Amino acid sequence: MFKTKRRGLVAGAVTAMAIALSSLSTSAIAESVLRVVPHSGLKILDPIWTTAYISRNHGYMIYDTLFSLDTSGNVQPQMVDSVTRSDDGKTVTISLRDGLKWHDGAMVTAEDTVASINRWASKDAMGQKMMTFVDSLEAADDKTMVFKLNTPTGLIELALAKPSSNVPFMMPARIAATPSSEQISEYIGSGPFMMNMDEWEPGVKVVYEKFDDYVPRSEPTDGLAGAKVAKVDRVIWTPNRDIQQAINALNAGEIDLIESVPPDLLPLIEEAGEAYTGRHSPSGLQYTFRFNVLHPPFDNPKIRQALLYAFNQEDFLEATMGNPDYYEVCKAMFVCGLPFETDAHMDGLLESNFAKAKELLAEAGYDGTPVVLMHSTNLPVLTNLAPVAKELMEAIGMTVDMQSMDWSTLVARRAKKDAPADGGWNAFATAWDAGDLFNPLAMAFLNSSCDNALFGWPCDEEIEKLRDDFARAGSFDEQKAIVEAIQARWVEYPTHIHLGQFFTPAAIRNNVQGYLMGGVPVFWNVEKN
Amino acid sequence: MVSYLLKRLIATIPVMLVVAVFIFLLLRLTPGDPAAMIAGDYATEAQIAEIRENLGLDQSLASQFVIWIGNILQGDLGESYFFKKDVTELIAARIEPTLSLSIITIIFTVAIAVPMGVISAYKQGTWVDRVVMGFSVVGFSIPVFVIGFGLIYVFSLELGWFPVQGYQRLADGILPWLHHLILPALALSVIFVAFIARMTRTSVLEVLGEDYIRTARAKGQTENKVLVRHALRNAAVPIVTVIGFAFAILIGGVVVTESVFNIPGLGLLTVDAVLNRDFPTIQAVVLLFSFIYVLINLVIDLSYTILDPRIRY
Repeated sequence: MFKTKRRGLVAGAVTAMAIALSSLSTSAIAESVLRVVPHSGLKILDPIWTTAYISRNHGYMIYDTLFSLDTSGNVQPQMVDSVTRSDDGKTVTISLRDGLKWHDGAMVTAEDTVASINRWASKDAMGQKMMTFVDSLEAADDKTMVFKLNTPTGLIELALAKPSSNVPFMMPARIAATPSSEQISEYIGSGPFMMNMDEWEPGVKVVYEKFDDYVPRSEPTDGLAGAKVAKVDRVIWTPNRDIQQAINALNAGEIDLIESVPPDLLPLIEEAGEAYTGRHSPSGLQYTFRFNVLHPPFDNPKIRQALLYAFNQEDFLEATMGNPDYYEVCKAMFVCGLPFETDAHMDGLLESNFAKAKELLAEAGYDGTPVVLMHSTNLPVLTNLAPVAKELMEAIGMTVDMQSMDWSTLVARRAKKDAPADGGWNAFATAWDAGDLFNPLAMAFLNSSCDNALFGWPCDEEIEKLRDDFARAGSFDEQKAIVEAIQARWVEYPTHIHLGQFFTPAAIRNNVQGYLMGGVPVFWNVEKN
Repeated sequence: MVSYLLKRLIATIPVMLVVAVFIFLLLRLTPGDPAAMIAGDYATEAQIAEIRENLGLDQSLASQFVIWIGNILQGDLGESYFFKKDVTELIAARIEPTLSLSIITIIFTVAIAVPMGVISAYKQGTWVDRVVMGFSVVGFSIPVFVIGFGLIYVFSLELGWFPVQGYQRLADGILPWLHHLILPALALSVIFVAFIARMTRTSVLEVLGEDYIRTARAKGQTENKVLVRHALRNAAVPIVTVIGFAFAILIGGVVVTESVFNIPGLGLLTVDAVLNRDFPTIQAVVLLFSFIYVLINLVIDLSYTILDPRIRY
C-alpha cells in the first residue's frame, strides 16, 4: 500500500516536471519576435569594411539605401524623392524624401548621404568607377545633393542601387567620416530596424528592434524596393552550424525561419508539416569557375575556351543542388531573370562538346601541364564543384591536380600570384550572389584590368574599354548592346565560367508570412501570426 | 605544503611559455590569411594588404611574438581580428556556457558512475555486474553526437520536454538554464559514466580484498558502511584523478556537444576562430585551456592529501 502510494507520488512528480519543462519550451517564444537562423554568425558590423554577405544582410536591417532594385532588377528610389538632370546631363540633383530619421532621432540630411557615398565609393569598385565621372558631390541644402559630372553617365542611380556587397548604405556623417580602412564603432542607421547593442553576442546572437519612427514609402513592397514595413517587434538572429538541428528546432517551433537549407534536407521539413519552403530570391546565385591567367595552361585563352565547350552546367548543378526545383541552367553572363540577361554568342557553349574542346586544346598546343585546381572542402554548397570540374577536364585529356583545403586556406592562396608549383594556383570554383553579377561593372570577375583585377588577374583592354563604355552609356538600350558586345568578347577571352544558377531554399514556419523575394534576406514585411 | 604549492605554481610558467611558443608558431605556419578572410570576396590585393598592416601581420614573426608576449605579461590577451572586441571579453562571454555544461555533466557523471561502479564491484560476477560492464562498453563506443541526436529525438521532438537547441544564461533564471543543459549534459556524460564506472569498479574491487575490509566486516559493520566508509574512501585516489581529468577534458573538448546543441561556448568560439584564422582568439583560448589543465592537475594532487592522510607534500 505504502509502496503504491510512493510510486504514485513519484509518477505524479515526473508528470508535473514534464509539464513544467514543456511549458518552459513554449513560453520562451513571444509572438512578435521573429527568430531567424542566418547562414552564418555576424562578426563584422561594418558592411563597407567587409564584403561578407552576413555583414551586408545586417546592413539591410539597420541602414537604408538611396535607391533599390525591384524584383525585375529595375532601379527604384528608396530614400530619394526625386532625381533631376540638367540639359547637358552633367548635373544630377537628388532630393531626399520627407520624414527620414536616424535611429538616434536626428534627421537624415544630404550632408550625411554625401559622406556615406564618399566612404562607400572609396572602398567599392563600382563606387570608384562612378566617382571617375564625378567632379564634385555636395550637399546643396539639408535635403538636396548635387553631383557635378565630367561626362554624362547613367551610372549614378545604377551604382547607388547596387544590391550586394558593398552596398551603399547611408550612415550619419560623423560615422561615415571614419576612413573606409577602419571599422566604424557606432551602429546607427535609418532603416526599419535598430540594432540592440546590449544584446549583441558576437557570432552568437543579434537582436534587432523595430524602429517606430521609420516612414516607409507609399509604393507596395517589391524586392528590395518599395515600402519597408517592419511588422514584428524584434528579429533575433541565432546561427546554427548544424542545419539538421536547425530544422529540428524549426519543426519544434523554437525558431521561425532558416535562411538557407540544403535541398537534400527539405523532406525533413515537408514531412513534419510545420513549415513551408521556397526560393527567397528571384535570381539566386551563380556557381563560377575562376581561371588564373598568369600561368600555363590558362594563360592561353584558347585553353580557357576549351573549358567553355567541355563544361555543362547540369552536371555541376546536379552534383551540388540535386533538386531541379532549386537550379536553372543559365548561360547568360549577367544572370537569367535580370535586365541584362542575354544568350547572345553563347550557342554551342557549356554543352560538354568534348570533340570541340579537344580540337581547341590541340590548336592551343596543350602539353599536359597539370592544372592545380583548388578544392574547398568545408563549405557544403561548394564542395562538389571541383570534383565535377576535374572529371570534365580529364574527359578532354587535361591533367588535373585537385588539391583539397579548407576555405580559409583557399582564400589566402588565391591571392598569391606565384606559379602553381610554388604555392600558386590555376583554378577554383566559388559562388556569387546574383546581385554581384547584375551588370558588367558589378561583376568583379569580369574586371580585366591586369594587376588591378581580382585574383586570377585577367588582362584585356577590349573588355575594359567595353566596361567603360557601359558606364558612359546613357540609355538602357545602349547598355544592353554593350552587354552583348562584352559577352562576345568574353567568349574569345574567358575570364571565368558560370556553372549554373541556383537558389538556396528558405524554410519558414506556417505562421510566418511575407518573406520577400528580395535576393537578399530582409525581414521587413514579414509578419508572424 | 605552501612551498610545494608555490613550486608547482612556478613550474606552470615554463609549461605555459612552451605552449605559447608552440601555438604561436603553429598558427603562423598554418596556411590561411586572416586579412583575406576579413576583407571578403571582393577585396583587392591593396585592401588585403592594408588590413594586414592594420593587424600588424606584415611585421616579422619575431616582432609579432614579442609584442604578443609583452601584451600577455601585462594581462592583455589582444583583440579579436573579427569581432573587434578584447579576447578577454569574448572568453568571458563564452566561458559560462562551457563551464555550466561541464559542471552539470560532471555532477551527472559522478552521481551515476560512482554508485554504478561500487555496486558492480560489490556484486562482482552477477547479472548486475554484467549489466554495468555492458553499459560501460556500449557507452564508451557510441559517439556523443549519436547519443545527442537520440535524446533530442525522444525528449525534444517526440515528448517536447526539452528544447532542441540553444542556451539560456544563468542570470535569466536557474530553471531555464537547467532546462537547456539537461539534454546536452546527459549526452556528454554517457561516455564519462562508462569510463568512471569501470574505473571505480576496478579500484573498489582491489580494496574489497584488503584485510581492513575483512576486519570491518568482522567487527559487525553494515555492508553500506563497509562499502562507503572503508572501501570507497580507500579507492578514491584513482577515481578522483580520473574525475579531475574528465573535467579538464570536458572543458576543452565539448565542441561536438556544443555544435549539436548550438551552445555558444568556448568550443564553438574556438572552431569559429580556427576557421577564420582569428589568431589572437585561438592563442588565448589554447593558453586558457592549458592553464586549466595545469590547475586541475594541481587541485587533484592537493586532493590526495585529504583523501589519503599518508600523502604529504
